[in-house]
Amino acid sequence: MLCRKLLGRCALRKGEVTLQNVRTAAHFTYLPQTPNPALGDTTKLNMFQSINNAMDIAMEKDSSAVLFGEDVAFGGVFRCSLGLQDKYGSARVFNTPLTEQGIIGFGIGVAAAGTTAIAEIQFADYIFPGFDQLVNEAAKYRYRSGNEYNCGGLTVRAPWGAVGHGALYHSQSPEAFFAHCPGLKVVIPRGPTQAKGLLLSCIRDQNPCIFFEPKILYRIAAEEVPVTDYTIPLSQAEVLREGSDVTMIGWGTVVHVLLEVAQMAHDELGVSCEVIDLQTIMPYDSETIEKSVKKTGKAMVVHEAPLTQGFGAELAARLQEECFLHLEAPIQRVTGWDTPFPYIYEPFYLPDKWRCFDTVKKLVDYM
Amino acid sequence: MIQVARKVKNFGAFYQRALGFHHDSVRDEPAPYPGVKTEFTKEMRFILPEEVPTIPIYRVLNSQGKVINPDHDPGFEKEDLVEMYKVMVKTSIMDRILYQSQRQGRISFYMTNFGEEATQIGSARALKFKDVVFPQYREAGVFLWRGYTPLECMHQCFGTSKDFGKGKQMPVHYTGAKVNIQAVSSPLGTQIPQAAGYAYALKQRDRDACAVCYFGEGAASEGDCHSAMNMAATLDCPIMFFCRNNGYAISTATKDQYRGDGIASRGIGYGIPAIRFDGNDLFAVYNATKAARKLCVEEQRPVVLEAMTYRVGHHSTSDDSTAYRSVDEVKHWDTVDTPINRIRNYLTGRAWWDETQEKEFRSNARGEILRGFKEAENTKLPNPLLIFDEVWDELPAQLQAQKDEMIKHCMKYGENYPLQNHEDMK
Repeated sequence: MLCRKLLGRCALRKGEVTLQNVRTAAHFTYLPQTPNPALGDTTKLNMFQSINNAMDIAMEKDSSAVLFGEDVAFGGVFRCSLGLQDKYGSARVFNTPLTEQGIIGFGIGVAAAGTTAIAEIQFADYIFPGFDQLVNEAAKYRYRSGNEYNCGGLTVRAPWGAVGHGALYHSQSPEAFFAHCPGLKVVIPRGPTQAKGLLLSCIRDQNPCIFFEPKILYRIAAEEVPVTDYTIPLSQAEVLREGSDVTMIGWGTVVHVLLEVAQMAHDELGVSCEVIDLQTIMPYDSETIEKSVKKTGKAMVVHEAPLTQGFGAELAARLQEECFLHLEAPIQRVTGWDTPFPYIYEPFYLPDKWRCFDTVKKLVDYM
Repeated sequence: MIQVARKVKNFGAFYQRALGFHHDSVRDEPAPYPGVKTEFTKEMRFILPEEVPTIPIYRVLNSQGKVINPDHDPGFEKEDLVEMYKVMVKTSIMDRILYQSQRQGRISFYMTNFGEEATQIGSARALKFKDVVFPQYREAGVFLWRGYTPLECMHQCFGTSKDFGKGKQMPVHYTGAKVNIQAVSSPLGTQIPQAAGYAYALKQRDRDACAVCYFGEGAASEGDCHSAMNMAATLDCPIMFFCRNNGYAISTATKDQYRGDGIASRGIGYGIPAIRFDGNDLFAVYNATKAARKLCVEEQRPVVLEAMTYRVGHHSTSDDSTAYRSVDEVKHWDTVDTPINRIRNYLTGRAWWDETQEKEFRSNARGEILRGFKEAENTKLPNPLLIFDEVWDELPAQLQAQKDEMIKHCMKYGENYPLQNHEDMK
């Protein structure tokens, strides 16, 4: 009985929930966004193409800029650097040996010399050998030298987040580790349009930035993207759907889950949800989320990363400090469980639309 | 004439024989694998490190400062060599005064350079000013050679408002933009891949400059060192990896740091030219660094330099090395064989220096440093609100809020804080 009920609620019809299509079906629907007409002509790009476009523009306008990492020369394992070595030459686009600590340390040195450095880490799961360089060196380079030196020209890019079958080492969302480090910026786009604008901002920002790219969106997220050189400001959240009853905060892939849940809440519960894409994790736009929570009184933060000490903890702490008297329910966090990211169990691990939907109900039913 | 070791004809076969392979067993046909360029052999032979010759130590002066390799005397002019000698002595006088000041509780921490003055000044002298230096923390002589003053060092040690680093770091963590030396940071070895990256960027715009990265034999064990050397080799970075092998990493002697033939021997593993020389011999240090620089810059490739020396002082003021090494061993390197004595002997041997000048110079240097000490000790510490400056290039809203909170707190509880030692909060 329960099983049929579960199957009935699935997007796939009963009998279609096979092993194969559980692995390949995404847990969300990507709705292409409408481009801003003020930005002029557009072209249809998926996310790896829009990232490629951002780097192409950056390297064209900044003749010093270099891009390096494992396998970037032939185009990269996710094709983000396709064609760039042909266009800019092997002095500017090049492979490095297999060493994240070396790649990031090297990148800091390039940036310290005043050259724009785009360092690719093949998966965010592998960024940890470079943790010391990022936290102890990049983040502190300007501060410790009394601003005599800086490595602001460094941007570290890495594929991030659940992809359906990535398991422990191809699915991680490590933003919380880096948000805890003053001196770094951490940025996560929700689609091709944001990826291009935010990446260009990161590359040009004069602080070391970590740009996490939701890998599940590389191919399946495609929309009309402005061809011009445009940036999206860092440290600004975006309200994607206005609402009055519940504030939903997320970043990256999960934003699309939240948009779907917001529609479900409207259709089935008559509840009006406000969906906010945080975009920059650090330094984050507290003003926008506080304003929203003061309006709705009910908040939920959703992220794939594990619950304890995830970035939702910071947001919950901040929101209860600033919005305490406006709250009608405790701030909820819907997240990955406190486990390593498991393989065959991914459908049960992710903060999917059912868990989010149930949390909306919990929030509105609280009092 | 200084000759850098070039390829001996048929060096390949020579080296394979040095490794023990019988001449006839190799070269039966070249092997097609993409991983190496070599031949097949019929011999099954392990290369035993204990059977491979160690790299000898290049020197010009003996431990008494007598030139035993006259073709390699760099031929310094009197003023030049006296100047180098003076900076070596001044570094050690500054070290003595600042070390003592820590024992007296006037600064919190200090690290000396005793025994490594030739390594520092000899190498610095061989560089061009535009060669960026990435230090570890035991290179004060390089700073002083390039023009950083003892007073500037002391402002940093006291963390005053005149410290270029604005009091952000603990003593001896100098930042030297004025002398093209990158900031010292405590984590070991992190500067090594950074130097390789900097060198890479440098070569895009100046083919006559290089990066010089100093590190100890202990830091050479860090993964960052391995990564950096491998990257520098594959990316043709003009970087000199300058290892000060001074025998100890705090209490860890080299026998517990590595099992191979020091750090120079690793060069070949990465495809990097390497040289080992007597770090207590100013002339050898100078010659080797100069030749390495030439190789580095002309061929746009990395070089590994290993200066053999001895850390006479304790690791730092937090260390008492009598706990792990004999006083006699230290005494030898502090009195019998020192880099400063060697040069003094050379100078006096040429009648370029004498006892009177020695006394006068030491007295003047001491006076200068003590006056600077007094000045630094009496300089106000920075505005406390500088805590919040320069974390990012601009102050984010949350940090501004924290700054406001600290201001409010200090207005209320100010008498509990050492505000009188600092410039005004503003």
